[in-house]
Amino acid sequence: MRSYATIALVVALLALVPFVTASNVVLNFMVVALLIALVGQGWNVLGGYGGQYSFGHAAFFGTGAYVTAILQVRYGVNAWIGLAIGVAAGALVGAVIGALSFRSGLRGSYFALVTLAFAEVLRVIASVAPITGAGVGTLIKLDLRPEAFQFQSRAPFYWIILAFVAISLLLVQRIEKSRFGAYLVAVRENEDAARAVGIDVFRVKLAAMTLSAAITAAGGCFYAQYFLFLDAGIAYGPWISVEALLAPIIGGIGTVFGPLLGALVVKSLGEATKLVTGDAPGLDLVIYGGVLVLVVAFAPRGTAGLFESARKLLRRRERTHA
Amino acid sequence: MLSPIILIPAILNGLLTGAVYALVALGLTLIYGVLHIINFAHGALLTIAMFAALFCYTLFKLDPYLAAIGLTPLFFCLGYALQRFVIGPAAHGEDRNILLVTLGLSVVIENALLYAFRADTRTVNLPYGFDVVQVGPAFLSVPRVIGFCVVIAVALALWLIMRFTDTGKAIRAVAKEKLGAELSGINVAHIYAVTFGLGTACLAIAACLLLPTYYVNPHAGNAFVLIAFTIVVLGGMGSVAGALVGGLIIGVIESLSGLYLGESLGQIGIFVLFILVLLFRPSGLFGARA
Repeated sequence: MRSYATIALVVALLALVPFVTASNVVLNFMVVALLIALVGQGWNVLGGYGGQYSFGHAAFFGTGAYVTAILQVRYGVNAWIGLAIGVAAGALVGAVIGALSFRSGLRGSYFALVTLAFAEVLRVIASVAPITGAGVGTLIKLDLRPEAFQFQSRAPFYWIILAFVAISLLLVQRIEKSRFGAYLVAVRENEDAARAVGIDVFRVKLAAMTLSAAITAAGGCFYAQYFLFLDAGIAYGPWISVEALLAPIIGGIGTVFGPLLGALVVKSLGEATKLVTGDAPGLDLVIYGGVLVLVVAFAPRGTAGLFESARKLLRRRERTHA
Repeated sequence: MLSPIILIPAILNGLLTGAVYALVALGLTLIYGVLHIINFAHGALLTIAMFAALFCYTLFKLDPYLAAIGLTPLFFCLGYALQRFVIGPAAHGEDRNILLVTLGLSVVIENALLYAFRADTRTVNLPYGFDVVQVGPAFLSVPRVIGFCVVIAVALALWLIMRFTDTGKAIRAVAKEKLGAELSGINVAHIYAVTFGLGTACLAIAACLLLPTYYVNPHAGNAFVLIAFTIVVLGGMGSVAGALVGGLIIGVIESLSGLYLGESLGQIGIFVLFILVLLFRPSGLFGARA
């Protein structure tokens, strides 16, 4: 119960941000950070709990984004219905890629490679297919009504993405305590042993991948509504695949709050770099990459792990003083 | 069906392109075969090498083929140092960590180059850049024919090193049985780094061969990465001969699918092949069944 209370507290505190500041810069920063937290939480389900490192989560993000956008622009479908279909489409893509690669027993580096390749195939297709607007991209018409999932100010967007993040936190918390979560961790720790004790490894991985893809696709749908523009490089580009894995790894892989913490840390670092150096292209990503290497080298359990070690250290010190 | 007048040049050109792909893949497969890691920084390292060759030419008027003589040992040292002092220690011997560390490195390198040189695409104008030689019905670009010959020579040299030198023997020993090699007195960390260095040195040569006919920008190396992965998987992870043959096959496939499907969709041919091979024959055409 305590863990659910923590989630409620964190979400409630975050929900207060628009009351504290009306600054568009701050809200925009928070919206993007929460978006990355959501996408990262998707990656975390599969990579953090299931141990299957995907380098191609752009495939799900982009599918969610494009489906939402294309349904609205070309078929006049309501944006909220588009969101639901976008999430379903992302989950479907995840299930198909998962079924194909897990069926042929791809693990570790091979799995990372094949997910990367699928994302690239989708990117190339999206960059030439007429339905995505090819090189020109897809522009969602401005229609500032809540029914159209567009808002005058940033605060409603912020609360919506926060709600998405809250749902993903609850979902992952539930998984962590569930039988399915235990199976997933067993697969991560030792796939052969998991199979030996009777876990249907294929189904567990497939379920994790489908859920992971659905969460990430929800991020893609939100992106489309928030920025109202998509092209192949944005939707299916490698940047989102990298951010999706960066957030949980830096925050604390395979933990409920890891992606949220990591997204805030990463985005703050990015902004800090921009403050110091001005708007130089590439430099924020240099920092991300460097942080990724440093975290893997020195804090394999992420920022959350660092806090934990610091707390233990403090406690030990208190004990020796007492 | 197209007439042989068009088909034969396309195939020959594909073979020439494929040779350079093969060289990039050779480095990758060597590293995979010994360290059992997929080096995601491979493309970024190729980009660095291309920039190095470019600046050798623009600053010192050094011909790319001459620059290769200096750059190859330099990149060997770079690769050695990267593995010995960055990737090895940072990864704590865990495969998943190595994936992330090399991915992180590639992000750092690529964007540092983007920051330093912007996204501009640069090319060099060499006097022989557009020379052609006639072979049957085909006109082949001279720099690419040279590239093809150099690649064959490098592959041969690599094979000789692996076969007949003590270092080569040690590399093969580590690849086969790491613990056993360590017990018989081989310094595994050193051999890992040497292998990584050799793989990186291949990139320096590839970059110098590419420069006369290709462009350089901070993302230039990426174009080769997935192709190189495809070749490595096709040829069997860790197989030198497989990489060579796989590279030539991919070059021809790319050239032909470009001919039939057009430039941008032609890329898909390679990715689709890659996915199919991964799904149905992950051990490759030459690799042993895992």
